Amino acid sequence: MQPSTDAFVQFDRVQKSYDGQTLVVKDLNLSIPKGEFLTMLGPSGSGKTTCLMMLAGFETATNGEIRLQGRNINDVPPHKRGIGMVFQNYALFPHMSVAENLSFPLEVRKMGQAEREAKVKRALDMVQMGAFANRRPAQLSGGQQQRIALARALVFEPELVLMDEPLGALDKQLREHMQFEIKHIADNLGITVVYVTHDQTEALTMSDRVAVFNDGRIQQLAPPDELYEAPVNSFVAQFIGENNTMTGVVTAMERDRCVVRLDSGDEIDAMPVNVSRVGERTKVSIRPERVEFNRARFQPGAHTLRARVEEFIYMGDIFRTRLSVAGNDDFVIKTRNAPDQTRLQPGQEIEIGWLPQDCRALDAA
Amino acid sequence: MADATVTGGMPAGLGARGAAATPGPMVAADGTPLKASLARSLRRQKMRALLLIAPLLLFIVVSFVLPIGDMLLRSVQNGIVPDTLPRTVVALRDDPAEVPGEAVFEALYADLVVAEEYKVHTQLGSRLNYEMGGASSMFRGAGRAVGRFGTDIYAEQFEDADPALVDPARWAVWMADPAVREALPRTADAYDAWAGFTAELGGDDPAAEELGDVVYAALYRDLASGAQAPGLPAVDVAGFESVSLRDEFIADDAGWGEPAIWDLLRTFSPRVTAGYYLNAVDLQMGPDGVEMRPEGDRIYLQLFVRTMILSVTITATCILLGYPVAFLLASLPMRSANLLMILVLLPFWTSLLVRTSAWKVLLQQQGVINDLLVWAGLIGNDGRLALINNQTGTIIAMTHILLPFMILPLYSVMKGIPPTYVRAAKSLGANDWTAFWRVYFPQSIPGIGAGSILVFILAIGYYITPELVGGTKGVFISNRIAYHISDSLNWGLAAALGTILLAVVLLLYWAYDRMVGIDNVKLGG
Repeated sequence: MQPSTDAFVQFDRVQKSYDGQTLVVKDLNLSIPKGEFLTMLGPSGSGKTTCLMMLAGFETATNGEIRLQGRNINDVPPHKRGIGMVFQNYALFPHMSVAENLSFPLEVRKMGQAEREAKVKRALDMVQMGAFANRRPAQLSGGQQQRIALARALVFEPELVLMDEPLGALDKQLREHMQFEIKHIADNLGITVVYVTHDQTEALTMSDRVAVFNDGRIQQLAPPDELYEAPVNSFVAQFIGENNTMTGVVTAMERDRCVVRLDSGDEIDAMPVNVSRVGERTKVSIRPERVEFNRARFQPGAHTLRARVEEFIYMGDIFRTRLSVAGNDDFVIKTRNAPDQTRLQPGQEIEIGWLPQDCRALDAA
Repeated sequence: MADATVTGGMPAGLGARGAAATPGPMVAADGTPLKASLARSLRRQKMRALLLIAPLLLFIVVSFVLPIGDMLLRSVQNGIVPDTLPRTVVALRDDPAEVPGEAVFEALYADLVVAEEYKVHTQLGSRLNYEMGGASSMFRGAGRAVGRFGTDIYAEQFEDADPALVDPARWAVWMADPAVREALPRTADAYDAWAGFTAELGGDDPAAEELGDVVYAALYRDLASGAQAPGLPAVDVAGFESVSLRDEFIADDAGWGEPAIWDLLRTFSPRVTAGYYLNAVDLQMGPDGVEMRPEGDRIYLQLFVRTMILSVTITATCILLGYPVAFLLASLPMRSANLLMILVLLPFWTSLLVRTSAWKVLLQQQGVINDLLVWAGLIGNDGRLALINNQTGTIIAMTHILLPFMILPLYSVMKGIPPTYVRAAKSLGANDWTAFWRVYFPQSIPGIGAGSILVFILAIGYYITPELVGGTKGVFISNRIAYHISDSLNWGLAAALGTILLAVVLLLYWAYDRMVGIDNVKLGG
């Protein structure tokens, strides 16, 4: 955790319960520095949206404090928090034109008409929607509505903007395009963004840091690369990206290296992450693209496993090969489609290995 | 082949331009035009759809369209005057005088003699009595009097001149001869009418019965105007003693000498009349055209206006009371909302009469509400409020009865407004009131529209509740319609009032469509 002094937004031991019996958010501590793009990622029901709603002021924290610029905002009503928000279904007011929608937050702030018009125009130009000022939301496509919702959340120049799965309703191509656009706008304006999504790709491509939520807790808070390459527990490892897992028992332990005997009896090398002693059960996790079957690249002395090719899938940019390894016939490896790349044949017997630091021994859960 | 027939019908210029593109209408794979092909494939579907709605369609035509059409017809239909007094109506056309001359009275005499035999003159009298007091007794009296008029002198004088002229058998022969009929048109007409009722009502043979005076009076008129009939004995009627029917009628009832009854007969002599409509808006046909009825006779305009004002008031109270309830219903969790919904629907499950009677108990001067107010010291015992048998009573009871019709559409529209809109408004800096007024309320307007139309249209035609709790000041136009349907039996006027009510509703509907837009009315979210 970063020290609270330079935190722009801070959750301090926040808990939330709806029914007085179960906690939806359990002991949340989170500091967000100014200008950061932070994504809350997690499966549905993990508490991420509840956290966002507490920050926006639509839900009250059952316990703990939420601070904005060092000030406790627990009892500040939503309309006085000055936080911009983009909703999942945009929530553009259907009875107002695009310009009226954007003008609304300025009107309630009693801004003069000339100033309002200038700001609305600037905001619309920012999202390249200047020509649509007089349309009704219903006359816009999903992507256009998304831009307007973004412009509306930014037009009153909030320093903090919350986004609740804003791209969920868009098709894949448009979604990818909007991801970059939102990221660029946020960077250019220097605003702090708290972004909620259940799409891990979105989280990885957009964020400065990602908070992975599960079961009402932050499982890991880290920059995207660290999250992907160094998950701290098996939930994060499985939630982010594709993963091969195998269970076993730790048989030897060094500081940054251990040996795991798999349930099939084979032994492999791994990096201990969540294991501390010999004899402990563990789940080892390895990314499909980090598996090596070219003997020439094996590290000397490293453990290898025998594998049989079950299925070869051509996916264009990569090859995806399903192997049967140590009793697990759902072991996937991915190789780049390069001119010198070997195309494995089903039924072929191969030997696979990896760098010990790529194979992470995590909790057995 | 197919190409040639298709391009053959194209204008030359288009054909040349379209040579590269597909020319002519689209054709299906088998060469038939695509539209015909589509129509054929949809025909079966349409037939099935028609069959499915056929029972309801039939029911609606029989139980709704036909009765309404009949009502519209009745409001302008006016056969009774031309049917009962056909000769008078014709004669009146040629006589513009305020009180017409002898010819019209002769026609009236002939008509009344016939009508008296068929006993239909009293029906005409009571019909005209709706328009003019006293008409009924005039016709009843005249019906009795026509038999005693001095027209019997003609028969005696004709008999004196030539006994053959009173021989029924000869008359039968004469009246079968077209030449005679053509020479003596009035006589032929009177004879036919006399022969008609003699045979029909008495069951007698006209060729054996003594002729009625009405035939001789007509013969006198024909001969006096110089007619020469072949085959009849020549009689010079110049020396005959004659009788003035005008004088006879006026002697029976001075009303026949006044312009009023003749204006009335002229107004109602066409088969189609605007008389019921004029009456329905407190107008009447005067000597100088359309004019207002006398002050004391005006009731309908006032009733229409009152019906409108009360309906608008009831609609407004329903909005005021229903909106918060619907809002609460839409925002409560499901379980509590269901309970509240049952309370809202409870009035629906109770008989209308029971509810209305309950209001009588509650609202009367010695009733529960007044007792409570007196007990609480808010009003004195001598200052008990008049809450029933007036407009207040009607408004209270009808608001209660119609409230669900406002709440239900409002609720379903509000249920369809996602809570994120209000949240969005708040996140943009709007306080609770602004978020409601600028964002929530405008989106609930379609529900207000739907509820208002429903409540207003139901209210404007309401009958039983105003009848029971409205007293005299709180009744609606529909109560008057019911009165004319079941008590005064003036169905034409009832139909006219009903048609005007229908027109007013349609007009308001149209105005609403122009102002708010009917596609803005939502019964569901």
